[in-house]
Amino acid sequence: MADFAQTLMTALAIGSLYALIALGYTMVYGILKFINFAHSDIVVLGAWVSYTLANKILPMLGLNPHNPETAPPLWVGALILLSAMVACGLLGFAIERLAYKPLRRAPRLNVLITAIGVSLLLQNIGQLNYVFGASPQKMPALMPNIDLLRLSLPSGDGYRDVVIGLVDVMIFATSAVLMLVLEYLVFRTKLGTAMRAVSFSTDNASLMGIPVDRVVSFTFVLGSSLAAAAGFLYVMKYPGLNQPAHSIWVLLGLKAFVAAVIGGIGNVRGAVLGGFVIAFVEQFGAFYISSNYRDVYVFALLIIILLVRPTGLLGSPVREKV
Amino acid sequence: MSLLSVNDLWVSYGAIQALRGISLRVEPGEIVTLIGGNGAGKSTTLRTISGLLQPRSGEIQFQGQAIQGRAPHHIVTSGLIQVPEGRGIFANLTVDENLQLGAFTRSDRVAIRKDRERALELFPRVRERLKQLAGTLSGGEQQMLAIARALLARPKLLMLDEPSLGLAPQIVQTIFQVIREINREGTTILLVEQNASMALQVAHRAYVIEVGEMIMDGPAAELAASDEVRKAYLGAH
Ligand SMILES: Nc1ncnc2c1ncn2[C@@H]1O[C@H](COP(=O)(O)OP(=O)(O)OP(=O)(O)O)[C@@H](O)[C@H]1O
Ligand SMILES: [Mg+2]
Repeated sequence: MADFAQTLMTALAIGSLYALIALGYTMVYGILKFINFAHSDIVVLGAWVSYTLANKILPMLGLNPHNPETAPPLWVGALILLSAMVACGLLGFAIERLAYKPLRRAPRLNVLITAIGVSLLLQNIGQLNYVFGASPQKMPALMPNIDLLRLSLPSGDGYRDVVIGLVDVMIFATSAVLMLVLEYLVFRTKLGTAMRAVSFSTDNASLMGIPVDRVVSFTFVLGSSLAAAAGFLYVMKYPGLNQPAHSIWVLLGLKAFVAAVIGGIGNVRGAVLGGFVIAFVEQFGAFYISSNYRDVYVFALLIIILLVRPTGLLGSPVREKV
Repeated sequence: MSLLSVNDLWVSYGAIQALRGISLRVEPGEIVTLIGGNGAGKSTTLRTISGLLQPRSGEIQFQGQAIQGRAPHHIVTSGLIQVPEGRGIFANLTVDENLQLGAFTRSDRVAIRKDRERALELFPRVRERLKQLAGTLSGGEQQMLAIARALLARPKLLMLDEPSLGLAPQIVQTIFQVIREINREGTTILLVEQNASMALQVAHRAYVIEVGEMIMDGPAAELAASDEVRKAYLGAH
C-alpha cells in the first residue's frame, strides 16, 4: 500500500514530464508530418538555461547556489521557468525558420535528416566550454523540499511513511496548468482552430486566408517552450545535471516520443495520455517486477500498441484525403 | 475594368507543361465558366490564381492589381475565394468550426453573424449539422458546407472547382440554384466544370480549355449551340 502510493506519486510526476515533451513532438508532427529529432535537445537547453540562470540569480539575492538549505522564494523559480520557456521558444522559432522552413516543399526524408543534423549541432554547441561545458553540474534547489504530507500506510508486516513532497506536487501542478492552457488554446481559440486546419491540409488552410507560415512558427514556439518547462521541472526533481550530449537526455526524448506515438501521433490529448501511460508502465514495472528493465517495459508497450492499434490510443484511423 | 484578368499564363509541374499561355477575364457581376476534360488544366488555373502554384510567366490581375507571386492568404484577404476540387473540408473539425474558418480574415462580428445566417438559410442542411465533425457529412453536404464557408469570406470573386463532382443529380440542381442566387445577390463567379451542360446553362460566358490551351470562348448560349462543344462536351453526335 505504501509502496503503491509512493510509486503512484512518482509516476504522476514523471508522466507529466513525458506528456509535456510529447506535446511538442506531436504538434510538429501534426502540422509538418515529420519527427523533430531536435526536440529533446530543447529540453536539455531548458534544463541548462535554468541552471545557468539559477547560478546568476541566487548570488544576487545573497544566497549560495550550492547550499541546498537556502532555497529562494518561490518567485525565483517561477521567473527562471518563464525565462527558460521564452529562451527555448525563441530558439524553436529560429530553428524552424532557418532549418525547416526552406524545406517546406522538399521530401520528408530531407527534413528528417536535417532534424538529426540540428540535434547534433545543438548537442555539440551545448558542450562548448563557453556555452554549458561538457561536465555534469548540480542544479541549485529552487524550492524547499518540504514534505507536504506524510502518511503512514501499511507495508508488508508493519507501517511505512509515504512522503508527498513539494517538488513532485509542483511538477504535476505546473504541468497540469500548462496542459490546460494548451488545451484551451488548441480547442477553444481561433488560432487553435487554424492550427488544426493547417494540420489537416496546409493548402486548404491557406485558402481560408490562414497565414500558414505563421501558424507553423507559432507551433514551434509553443512546443519548444513546453519542452523548456519539462527541462526545468526535470532538474528540479533530478538535480544531477548531465552534460548536454549525455545519452540520458536522448532516452528521455525517445520515451516522450514513444508517448506521442502510443497516444496517437498528431493528437494533442493522445500525447498527454501516452505520457502518463508510459510513466505508469515504467514506474510500476520497475517497482513490482525489476527496475533493470524499466526501459524495456516502455518499448515493449510501444510494440504491443503498434501491433494492436497502429494509429495509437487516440489516433484516428488513416484518413483518406479526397 | 475587369474584376479578374489572366494574361498569357504558363504553369508547369516540373517537366510537365500544364498551362501553355492561357488568358481569361471575368467582369464584375458575371458567372463565367471554364470547361474542359480531365487533365485539361482547369484546377491548375484556379490554383495558380489563388497563389498555390507559381506561374512560369504571365500576369494575373485582380481589381487592377497584379497578384501573381503573392501568398495565398493575402489573395484571400483581397476577396478572391476558392472552393477547391474535392471541397477542401477540414474533416477533423466540426461543421461549425469549418464555417468559422471561412471568416478567418474578418473581424466584423456583427456582419459575420449576418453572413452566417444568410449562408445557413441557403443551406438548411448545414445548419442541422453544426456540431457534427465535418468528415461525417455526405458528399453533397460537404459541398454545401464548402460553399457556405466560402460565403463567410465575403467573396468579391468566388471560384468553384467542379462543385458537381460525384454528386447525385438532385443535389447538383440545388447547388447550381444556389450559385445562381449568390450571383444575383452580387457575387461574381468563376465556375470550373466538367459537367458542361449544367455549367453552360447558368453561365453568362464560357471558356473551353484543352491540354493547357484556351481553344474557344464566348457567350455561354452560343458555345452551347456550337457543333464543336456539343460533340466534345455535351455528348451530342
Ligand atoms: N501535382 C502535379 N504534379 C504533376 N502533374 C500534375 C500535378 N497536378 C496536375 N498535373 C498535371 O497537369 C495537368 C492539368 O491538371 P489539372 O488538375 O489542372 O486538370 P483539370 O482540368 O483540373 O482535370 P480534372 O477535370 O480531372 O480535375 C494534367 O496533365 C495533370 O496530370
Ligand atoms: Mg481539376
